[in-house]
Amino acid sequence: MKKRNANPLYALLIFIVFSLALTACGWDQDPPNNANASSNSNNKASNNSTSGNTTTATNDATSDTNTDNSANAAPEATGPVELLNVSYDPTRELYAAYNKLFAAYWKQEHNQEVTIKQSHAGSGAQSRAVIDGLQADVVTLALGYDIDAIADKGLIDKGWQQKFDNNSSPYTSTIVFLVRKGNPKGIKDWNDLIKPGVQVITPNPKTSGGARWNYLAAWGYAMKQNNDDEDKAKEFVSKLFKNVPVLDSGARGSTTTFVEKGIGDVLLAWENEALLSVKELGADKFDIVYPSISILAEPPVAVVDKNVDKKGTRAVAEAYLDYLYTEEAQKLVAQNYYRPQLLSVAEQFADQFPDIPMLNIDDDFGGWAQAQKKHFADGGVFDQIYAPGS
Amino acid sequence: MKSSTTKRTKPRSVLPGFGLSLGFTIFYLSVLVIIPLAGIFVKTSGLTPEQFWHTVSNPRVIASYKVSFLTSFYAALANLVFGLIIAWVLVRYRFPGKKLIDSLIDMPFALPTAVAGISLTAIYAPNGWVGKLVEPLGLKIAFTPLGITLALIFIGLPFVVRTVQPVLQDLDNEVEEAAVMLGAFRLRTFRRVILPELIPALLTGFALAFARGIGEYGSVVFISGNMPMKTEIAPLLIMTKLEQYDYKGATAIAMVMLIVSFILLLLINYLQWRSNRRVVTA
Repeated sequence: MKKRNANPLYALLIFIVFSLALTACGWDQDPPNNANASSNSNNKASNNSTSGNTTTATNDATSDTNTDNSANAAPEATGPVELLNVSYDPTRELYAAYNKLFAAYWKQEHNQEVTIKQSHAGSGAQSRAVIDGLQADVVTLALGYDIDAIADKGLIDKGWQQKFDNNSSPYTSTIVFLVRKGNPKGIKDWNDLIKPGVQVITPNPKTSGGARWNYLAAWGYAMKQNNDDEDKAKEFVSKLFKNVPVLDSGARGSTTTFVEKGIGDVLLAWENEALLSVKELGADKFDIVYPSISILAEPPVAVVDKNVDKKGTRAVAEAYLDYLYTEEAQKLVAQNYYRPQLLSVAEQFADQFPDIPMLNIDDDFGGWAQAQKKHFADGGVFDQIYAPGS
Repeated sequence: MKSSTTKRTKPRSVLPGFGLSLGFTIFYLSVLVIIPLAGIFVKTSGLTPEQFWHTVSNPRVIASYKVSFLTSFYAALANLVFGLIIAWVLVRYRFPGKKLIDSLIDMPFALPTAVAGISLTAIYAPNGWVGKLVEPLGLKIAFTPLGITLALIFIGLPFVVRTVQPVLQDLDNEVEEAAVMLGAFRLRTFRRVILPELIPALLTGFALAFARGIGEYGSVVFISGNMPMKTEIAPLLIMTKLEQYDYKGATAIAMVMLIVSFILLLLINYLQWRSNRRVVTA
């Protein structure tokens, strides 16, 4: 009788002991991953998606490296090292492939095993996660602005954008139109998007890094058309956003709205997302339209100085980003629908990436800080579009 | 001695004593609720009163409060009515598949809200399964406040059903029979005998569903269309502020929502307490 009363307590006790025992004998085989997950859970709101997405993509690459110890044993070989690459959503496939390539290269050159963990979510959310303590070695985000935010907190040294070639952007992309097969609404250029009855799908520039490229491309077009008349440009983008029936919070959300739910006539998308959609869903469903002018989207990369110094991973972290510029890596980049920087590779993939005039964030918009302040900050041009009474 | 006699007569508790459990309760609540909430107030205090007012009284922010609170209210109201009917059917009748329906009620709790949001949108979008049928009637569901309400009804449903069900189950049949014997029929029995017993539970369910709706983000963000001034919910504006690294602005909006929902919940609790007392004294 007495024993029965105590049963739930015993069960609880047994459960606690059991879970402690499991933890102690390495139920979680991956301590750094564990640490990463727990630091994630400290972040407020939205960041929980990062821990879920942290994949161990390169584990299979490391498993077969134990076999050949005899060949070219470099003297500097030390214990295995692990990197965390914090990136944004659409680069998942690219880095899954690149990490294998880099791990093999590093093993051969330095006889050291390197495992790279990936973390993917919205670019801004990822940047906040790093600011809030996610121990990233490198960040590969959608906009310089998001890396600037980390640099402002002192985690990355100023002048990070000059550390690697091409503005620290090993690959570029641009903004294109994805339309339904046969282009029933006859959309050829930006000015077709403000016609009545055309539904445009784009995410919200206030919540999505990709959408900021979309918006700036439209703004740049309107400025060129109207001899830099800002009022006309404002009228243009405001007309464009009046044609937007759904303002998703992220780029993948917008792609889903357009592609899966069949809403809208045209999707403003990253070129790599558009090419991926066409490849995944069949060329019989969608066409890609290149407008007369677009914007050069430069997703930059940076080493998180504070973190690599603490962990002693600077050499491998810098090599990881440097290697992105080599021919092998650039081919991989192109195969994943990003525009390669290396000319020799770009020529091979010339068919995939048509040449169009592109605006540049630094030359045409005075850099991210200024563009952000003018267009996307509270009370900026984008807010004015949705101000009451307009 | 006096104290020893009282100690002996006090019934021994099954779990460890009051001191330990209260200590645990306060520690647990502090770590999980009070400290994080206090963090909101601390972060917001970085703003001057003017900045704070400017942030929280922005027309777009006000519009989003309206969307959030009104759709949550309507959704909770719908759940109040239909949750009661569902609970009633589940308690009072026997039919094949009852166990299945009973377990279906809890599904909205288990389903990731984003999944719920995406599937609701797929069904109610203008070219979706249901959306296609109602569009010729001039009715748009997805990407309107109606769609948001629908998502909130979905996630709030279990609250009313699960709070009313046990009360209904415990209701004495004899009281009802007595009422009928005394000449009260159907509607009157329900209104004068059953409903007063249910009101506290109904109010609890309503409050829970309402509170859940106000803070809901995952399921709404897909079906709302997020159009500023029209279907933008307050939690999305908080995310928007965070995305611009404006932590203070985000917490300012969060604080206003917290205060308003706290007042509303207090009000509902007060009503519940009053109706509870009326039942006891009547």
